[in-house]
Amino acid sequence: MSDKKKELKPNTYKFDTLSLHAGYQPHKNAGSRQVPIYQTTSYLFDDVDHAAALFNLERGGHIYSRISNPTVGVLEERVASLEGGTAALATSSGMSAIFLTVMTLCEAGDHLVVSSQLYGGTVNLFRLTLPKFGIKCTFVKPRDTEGFKKAIQKNTKGIFGELVGNPGNEIMNMPEIAKIAHDAGIPLMVDATYQTPYLCKPFEHGADIVIHSLTKWMAGHGSSMAGILVEGGKFDWMQNDKFPTMTKPYEGYHGLSFAEEFGPTAFTMKARAEGMRDFGPCLSPQNAWNVLQGIETLSVRMKKHCSNAEEMVKYLSKHESVAWVSHPSVPDHPDHELAKKLLPNGRGSMIAFGIKGGKDAGVAFINNVKLASHLANVGDTRTLVIHPASGTHSQMDEATLKFAGLSHDMIRLSVGIEDIDDIKNDFEIGFRAARKPRLVSNQ
Amino acid sequence: MKFKVNGHEVFASTGGRPFDKKKPLIVFVHGSGLTHMTWVLQTRYFAFHGYNSLAVDLPGHGLSSGESLKSIEEMADWVSDVIDAVGHKKASLVGHSQGCLVTVECTSRYPSKIKTLSLMGGAGAIPMNPELLSLAENNDPKAVDLMMDWAHGPAGHFGGHPVPGLYHINTGTMLAKSRTIQNTLGVDFRACDNYKNGFEAAKKIKCPTLSILATDDKMCPVKEGKKLASLIDGSRVDIIDNCGHMMLLEEADRVLTVLKKFITTNYPPLSS
Repeated sequence: MSDKKKELKPNTYKFDTLSLHAGYQPHKNAGSRQVPIYQTTSYLFDDVDHAAALFNLERGGHIYSRISNPTVGVLEERVASLEGGTAALATSSGMSAIFLTVMTLCEAGDHLVVSSQLYGGTVNLFRLTLPKFGIKCTFVKPRDTEGFKKAIQKNTKGIFGELVGNPGNEIMNMPEIAKIAHDAGIPLMVDATYQTPYLCKPFEHGADIVIHSLTKWMAGHGSSMAGILVEGGKFDWMQNDKFPTMTKPYEGYHGLSFAEEFGPTAFTMKARAEGMRDFGPCLSPQNAWNVLQGIETLSVRMKKHCSNAEEMVKYLSKHESVAWVSHPSVPDHPDHELAKKLLPNGRGSMIAFGIKGGKDAGVAFINNVKLASHLANVGDTRTLVIHPASGTHSQMDEATLKFAGLSHDMIRLSVGIEDIDDIKNDFEIGFRAARKPRLVSNQ
Repeated sequence: MKFKVNGHEVFASTGGRPFDKKKPLIVFVHGSGLTHMTWVLQTRYFAFHGYNSLAVDLPGHGLSSGESLKSIEEMADWVSDVIDAVGHKKASLVGHSQGCLVTVECTSRYPSKIKTLSLMGGAGAIPMNPELLSLAENNDPKAVDLMMDWAHGPAGHFGGHPVPGLYHINTGTMLAKSRTIQNTLGVDFRACDNYKNGFEAAKKIKCPTLSILATDDKMCPVKEGKKLASLIDGSRVDIIDNCGHMMLLEEADRVLTVLKKFITTNYPPLSS
């Protein structure tokens, strides 16, 4: 018998267990093993005092499903737990999560430094819509780390980027950019939709706010729109006078200072109390439940997504019809080494490749694949393809397309979890058609 | 609000309401390595219902300056100084965990000042696991992770925070890691371990006292809390099922309901 003392280890639940259980206690819900769908708009108050206490944020609870809902609340806690965050706020879509984040952080006259490699809808929000609210943005190429520093102005309130750019797979040097942000006393906001917390936990690399379109890999089945913002809890809003709406008494809640009262959860509390109250992009309980079903199998699916993606990278890299392949697993990808550090569990399932023959070949390829779906989404269990220049990024002019690193021969591929041989066989049909675009289009 | 005690700036949350000297005072004292924010689901209610709610950050913790106090006795004197500093002669005290040791000692030392005493997850002594103490004193973040593990009951480990969207294990972790661990948690754990006067101090307490205990509290088990309560004349005990040491977050509503009834009965608010 050994007399060696057992080392103390925390027994808090780990990722796969949290994916299934976090945020929910059956004994408080009639013993229901599955999370119930609270399909209701509003909640009974015990008495007038109870109602007032809820409205004043004196106690926790639900008032009206625009502000919070018990099913949505389980999803919020679950994602917060998986990310290692303190709090989360779910929204009706990824775009509304980004908008709510910006509107919680900024006022008219403020400025943001933003990565140029973003989903087309996000580019339009930052480039065209936010200026209408008096918020200006400077775009910087994601690999130009020094550029982020140079772009910071006196009125800059934060840096925003996608960890892996859409659709070109450029990777932001998150630890270095976080340091630049923190040296300037501003937070780093990262859209980590492509990674999910299974592949990367941005808070461990310096991010302060993480945003997801849950519609993608987190929900995973292409059934439901949802978004979320998650707070890391480390950012000190009181370190300078840049964030008066976080630190000064807020008229909308009897002089509440969010930073003083709620500290590591202040941003989420403000986003909910002010943003959901005033803008209202709430998530439906049914969609929250659908996303929860997806999250239960997140790690299982992500492993398969990543292994299929690496197989597809090998296949495409050798293919005679392919001009180039961009994926962080490719050794000559400019961010290959950074990806190893930031994405140790897999490099994700988004691949961009150039098809020989340019735009016409791309169109023929997409029109002829049968298994891969041509649609404007990513992160489905099924394989998806799109031609960004004519689809997701079609609202950009030539100059903006060029700045966003998009070319007319680019195909964006979101690798699904089908049998890998079936995906390859389907692509062969597409490539055959691409080699004879005129003939195929006349069939 | 900020004020000075013994030359050092003290931060205390007033629950979102301005401090008003006419209202009766409740002082909330947090546990080891934590801050005023652990009380957010209790303090705001009292602040909006006729009390001055003062959730302090102990010296060197949260937003308070100075160095952490090294003994429970020093902290007890400091709480008395806080009451003086804000211009009150009397107060109700509410403590959690280490804060119970502090408020028990303070009440026994300054009986004429303290109107009621509420203890959450309290015990007469809190001897520390030597390895945990060593980790905290050596600034090892594992000390915080272990504390958060042990401080939450089995149900609390799943989450289910009363405030939608908040994940309390990670929130507690961030609070405990917000300052240098060895200077807050390390000093606090050593102070708890050294403190031996809890049971004797309890015997001197004559004010109305409430103990809220939790069935799954590993850090201050129910039997230890009951032992302490048994030494205080007329002490009331409320036990929460399926809850761990962090009852003020895990079962915030239940705690508030019990606390509200106890304090308003024994130390009525200023009626508006």
